[in-house]
Amino acid sequence: MRTGARLTSLPALLAGLTVMAASVATAGTVAPDSVPIEDMELTQTLTDNKGDPAAGREAFADRKKGNCLACHANTDLKEQLFHGEVGPELDGVADRWSEEQLRAIVVNSKDVFGEQTIMPGFYTLKVGVNVAEENAGQTILTAQEVEDVVAYLMTLKDN
Amino acid sequence: MARSNRLSLAAGVALVLGAHSAAFAGGPSDDKLVIDGEMEIMTRVAPPEGHPLDEVISGWHYRTEETRDLEADSFQNPGMLYVERGEEIWNTVEGDAGKSCASCHEDGEEFLKGIGANYPKWNADAGKPFNIELQINQCREENMQAKPYKFDAADQKALTTFIKHQSIGMPVEVDLTEGDMKAWWDKGEELYYTRTGQLNLSCATCHEDYNGNYIRADHLSQGNVNGFPTYRLKQSAMVSLHNRFRGCIRDTRAAFPPAFSDDLMALEVYVTWRGSGLGVETPAVRQ
Repeated sequence: MRTGARLTSLPALLAGLTVMAASVATAGTVAPDSVPIEDMELTQTLTDNKGDPAAGREAFADRKKGNCLACHANTDLKEQLFHGEVGPELDGVADRWSEEQLRAIVVNSKDVFGEQTIMPGFYTLKVGVNVAEENAGQTILTAQEVEDVVAYLMTLKDN
Repeated sequence: MARSNRLSLAAGVALVLGAHSAAFAGGPSDDKLVIDGEMEIMTRVAPPEGHPLDEVISGWHYRTEETRDLEADSFQNPGMLYVERGEEIWNTVEGDAGKSCASCHEDGEEFLKGIGANYPKWNADAGKPFNIELQINQCREENMQAKPYKFDAADQKALTTFIKHQSIGMPVEVDLTEGDMKAWWDKGEELYYTRTGQLNLSCATCHEDYNGNYIRADHLSQGNVNGFPTYRLKQSAMVSLHNRFRGCIRDTRAAFPPAFSDDLMALEVYVTWRGSGLGVETPAVRQ
């Protein structure tokens, strides 16, 4: 495919940097993009508070938060209609990935799967151009919501 | 609709193929679009040279059977009301010059045949490509001495729908040799592949890489524009192409360009070219 060089444009990067400087991470919270993803893992938790799987289940399903069902089927949420099929099914996802890997994928899947992936980064400011004003400088999920979603994903086991 | 069957079928196909994207998992339907049982529309065609996909497929194939049937029956197609309204406008005098469209062009059905299939088109005086809406506004201002339509005014949509409908079934073909059309095509291509917004998606991410797959309840198509203006059941109204462009860009959580801006005109040139050879479907019916 043809788009690698275009994906992260300079203006987007500059906008991201400016915004990062402006947003001060709250105490005990890791700022977006401040800890690099290495070897497909993010070992450091983003908050001091442990992730809450019940809250994570809600953030996962909430269309204004994770909206994960847009792309992923998940039998645990079968009461919700219409699961997407763009991403892999998440049944048993905790058997296939470690917590550190899942955190890395949720935070910024492009650092795990490469720039071409369709999956948005939920805790990064390395995003597309012309971000809408109401979303500028914001990550899709908060640090705590990422930890909650990761804790929830870790409950999705087949074995 | 048997969504669960579709899902498990999709999963099965993905497993067999081991494909990372499971392209065409939900897949376009194999149906044929024949309007009123007599006019077959070309909805699957070979791509023009340099096109990234193997086959160009109309969005009609990605819709439910009920939606497909609505478009195939011109009596039931709600968009046909806008065609009728557009014909009235064509014949209605407006503006200080005391003219209607028909005053110069006479019978719309006669004069307009094939015209809509070849837009957007280079406009030498304006030094940019014109779509139907811009052409209407130029005529209104210069020849009718009437006020130009505001973007998405009801009459703009109806008249555009009437004009495009006179080319129904004729193949979409954009002339890229005129003026600077190729440069606008290049710009459109660049925009098509540029990721926008907090969700970091380009047109290509969904419509090139994942067409045929479901995002939630939405079956992603190739994003071809041969049916615009399109009757959308979601809005219960005709939706113009630039309205849809803006909606898509907004959904990536990005600021969207104004209608008929250079960016969206470039995108219209490029995306129309991607649907080259498809029959005009206006008024198409979509979800």
